[in-house]
Amino acid sequence: MTDPWLALRRFTQARIALGRAGHAVTTKALLDFQLAHAQARDAVHLPWDREAFAEQLRKLGEEVLLFDTPVAGREEYLRRPDLGRVLSETSRTRLKRRNAAETDVALIVTNGLSSTAVERHGIPLLQAIVNLYRARQLRLAPISLVANGRVALSDQIGSALAARVAVIVVGERPGLSAADSLGIYLTHAPQPGRTDAERNCISNIRPPEGLNYAAAAEKLLYLTEEALRRGISGISLKDDMAGLLGE
Amino acid sequence: MNYTRTFKGRSYDFKDLKSLLAKASPRRSADELAGIAAASEEERAVAQWLLADLPLTTFLAEPLIPPEEDEVSRLIAESHDQSAFAPIASFTVGEFREWLLSDVTSDEQIAAVRMGVTPEMAAAVSKIMRNQDLIAVSRRCSVVTSFRNTIGLPGRLATRLQPNHPTDDPRGIAASILDGLLYGSGDAVIGINPATDSPRNVERLLHLLDDIIRRHEIPTQSCVLAHVTTTLELIGRGAPVDLVFQSIAGTEAANKSFGINLALLAEAHQAARALGRGTVGANLMYFETGQGSALSANAHHGIDAQSCEARAYAVAREFSPLLVNTVVGFIGPEYLYDAKQIIRAGLEDHFCGKLLGLPMGCDVCYTNHAEADQNDMDNLLTLLAVAGCSYIMGVPGADDVMLAYQTSSFHDALYLRRVLGLRPAPEFEAWLNRLGIFDGRNALGHGITPPQLLGAMHALAKELP
Repeated sequence: MTDPWLALRRFTQARIALGRAGHAVTTKALLDFQLAHAQARDAVHLPWDREAFAEQLRKLGEEVLLFDTPVAGREEYLRRPDLGRVLSETSRTRLKRRNAAETDVALIVTNGLSSTAVERHGIPLLQAIVNLYRARQLRLAPISLVANGRVALSDQIGSALAARVAVIVVGERPGLSAADSLGIYLTHAPQPGRTDAERNCISNIRPPEGLNYAAAAEKLLYLTEEALRRGISGISLKDDMAGLLGE
Repeated sequence: MNYTRTFKGRSYDFKDLKSLLAKASPRRSADELAGIAAASEEERAVAQWLLADLPLTTFLAEPLIPPEEDEVSRLIAESHDQSAFAPIASFTVGEFREWLLSDVTSDEQIAAVRMGVTPEMAAAVSKIMRNQDLIAVSRRCSVVTSFRNTIGLPGRLATRLQPNHPTDDPRGIAASILDGLLYGSGDAVIGINPATDSPRNVERLLHLLDDIIRRHEIPTQSCVLAHVTTTLELIGRGAPVDLVFQSIAGTEAANKSFGINLALLAEAHQAARALGRGTVGANLMYFETGQGSALSANAHHGIDAQSCEARAYAVAREFSPLLVNTVVGFIGPEYLYDAKQIIRAGLEDHFCGKLLGLPMGCDVCYTNHAEADQNDMDNLLTLLAVAGCSYIMGVPGADDVMLAYQTSSFHDALYLRRVLGLRPAPEFEAWLNRLGIFDGRNALGHGITPPQLLGAMHALAKELP
């Protein structure tokens, strides 16, 4: 049985006017929902082929660093967010030995909650970001790739790489309508112990439906330059940006 | 006090009451993440033995957080009613369970001890109850509240119509509201989670809801789930506020992380009551809670997630709410890992809330990184409906496109009406029947869209940009 108010669908992505079979949803609506959920589940549980990702970046001429968290697998990653926020012992030692010279930005990539997002949008987004940064003569640390990481990991890596700003690209929690969104978190003067209130976030990067790569990179460049100029990030920076954009 | 027990030659040592409670809790990832869960299944089972032998008076003598450090603990101590407690004062936790289940105990007797039961007593007894015990006792606890209709009557199940939209687009929201109403949803509240908490935006949405409710004479109430300070400001500006919403937790520090305290809630409660917008009754607070919120705010004081949650109910009952909602699976797998844990937590929360005298509903929900799916939600939904849950959520197709999680749908409520005969709030049911949305027999009518709502729909469709 279809619903006579089907025309209202144009106003919302919500699953309205699904029709019914008795009290229940139609077979089409049922299967449609299950397909969307299956895609989201796959995105969460798919492991990230970090080597292949690193190889693509190297081909583009980027220097890449590989680090690990102590997380053993996807299940532990989901259960123990605390473990996703720190580097493994070996990675920590390796990072310490680098003796990094100061840079402006440390770029970090992790699959987060959606490997699908990183696989699908990671490389073109990084290209857009790196090109913009270089055009503005910003000094970049090598790109760090970490499997099964959380946002706060960027504090530890950013500080060890002597970066003034840490930027982490992360696969966002898949929703039913989108399993492949990337998010970016920026933190000025990264060091372990920073709170989320001290970060700026750009989310829903997934062209063509969500934010496109160029727009995300421009927004990030704006935030980065403001963070460097004013020596802050987080809530106060965001407020100013809203004012500037007339929001 | 130190709690030890020797079991088959092995000695178990629980360093204090909160540690015993944590280790006696059915397994969940929140307590494991906090490092306070039982180290083995045997330790958990032994802790439950020890807990069962504990006199209820222990919870009065040993507050989990010193009252001088925590206003929720002060509230729990100060609101404890000794005379209501008298009939159960001599019981251990184990005896309390048996009294709650006993054929000799009447439902009225259970209701009469409410104000003598502290959240910690409720949490403790729930930890030694099976799922069927939680369901059976919840079913005995009737809690009736009212504003423009009556929620919680026996044989009734209400729904919150949740018409969220990612950008708060008024036409998108109105489309979901119409969809929900035409499926018979919305008696608990028509409640929007705003994408933006700005006063201007929230005010716009309040007017949208007020307009729909008045124009179609719907016997229900509205709510925009903004921060309480935003709502308070809007009451001052004369916005049409029916219910005051706020997320609450079980410790002062966790509430502080939400930007609230008891005084602020009292102020908002007073301000909304002064508006006098309820026609049937004056319950008007709407609280949301969820296990793990205190831990995620790093404000749990070493107390397990479920006991913290029960303590939030002490905060809720201070303000005679119309609705309390445990948003059980929203917080993610680091707190409730899978469907087994979500289902257990949902039943515990509903039980503790009802035992303490609250109009408990449940957001039967999960996120995509939890080990759960719609079948698991069907299970919890059915169990809660049997337990007498006051209301559930209603979202188009179970998919909330703003909050990006899955909850119950309009269709799910119809399923419960069909298999269990549960009816909407009486005033709302009469409205559904009058408009022909329902057929007079607790089911959807056949293919007739009420002309009035049809008109609203056409008006909406014409407002294309």
